[in-house]
Amino acid sequence: MEALSALVAELTGDEEKAAAAASSAGFAYGLAAIGPGIGIGYLVGKSVEAMARQPEAAGMVRTTMFLGIAFTEALALIGFVVFILIGL
Amino acid sequence: MTVTDNPSPITTRLDGEAPEIQVSFDILKRGAYASPVIVAVCAVFAGLDGVFSALYGMVLVLVNFFCAAGLVAVTARISLGLMMGAVLFGYIARLGLIFLAVILVRDASWISLTALGLTIIVTHLGLLVWEMRYVAASLAYPGLKPRPQ
Repeated sequence: MEALSALVAELTGDEEKAAAAASSAGFAYGLAAIGPGIGIGYLVGKSVEAMARQPEAAGMVRTTMFLGIAFTEALALIGFVVFILIGL
Repeated sequence: MTVTDNPSPITTRLDGEAPEIQVSFDILKRGAYASPVIVAVCAVFAGLDGVFSALYGMVLVLVNFFCAAGLVAVTARISLGLMMGAVLFGYIARLGLIFLAVILVRDASWISLTALGLTIIVTHLGLLVWEMRYVAASLAYPGLKPRPQ
């Protein structure tokens, strides 16, 4: 912890800003990935339940599930793009 | 239609054709139609760097779709439980791969991060909405399938 404090104390103003931007972007990406992770888990769990109960409807469920996964994943991709635009 | 009383996702498996692969090929086809427009828009804003970045972003998005579809298609033939696990871990793995793919080229002279980022979002969402329109029509009116494009 002391080493970290010493390191931060040595940073200039611009470097501090860059470090803050990088860590904030990392946080933003991490937070943006949590929501879609929960969403995909819920979506796939319900789809598996539906397919196990009614295998005849599996094709329809799978198609809808795949599109749902991709839509949910778009949220994480938006977080990633914010990360690369701010943090890289 | 039959309803199974005691379904077990661990032992249930789905044989037959994989609709995800068809959806992915449809998305690839639509991506090929849309690519000139996206590349042209990025060329206007970021020049030649924008062109390369847009192409790279589109390849990333399409490969991502195919990876997701492949995972579901392969694991659904084994077990639904495995499919669920593969989708969840695949989500993390695919995010990691996209991260790696962007990190590897971030300092390249031909990359424009703004064009790349916007291409990833616009291509991903745009192609999905386009495909969803077709899929929704197919599911709502199975007897009136839209013309093949």
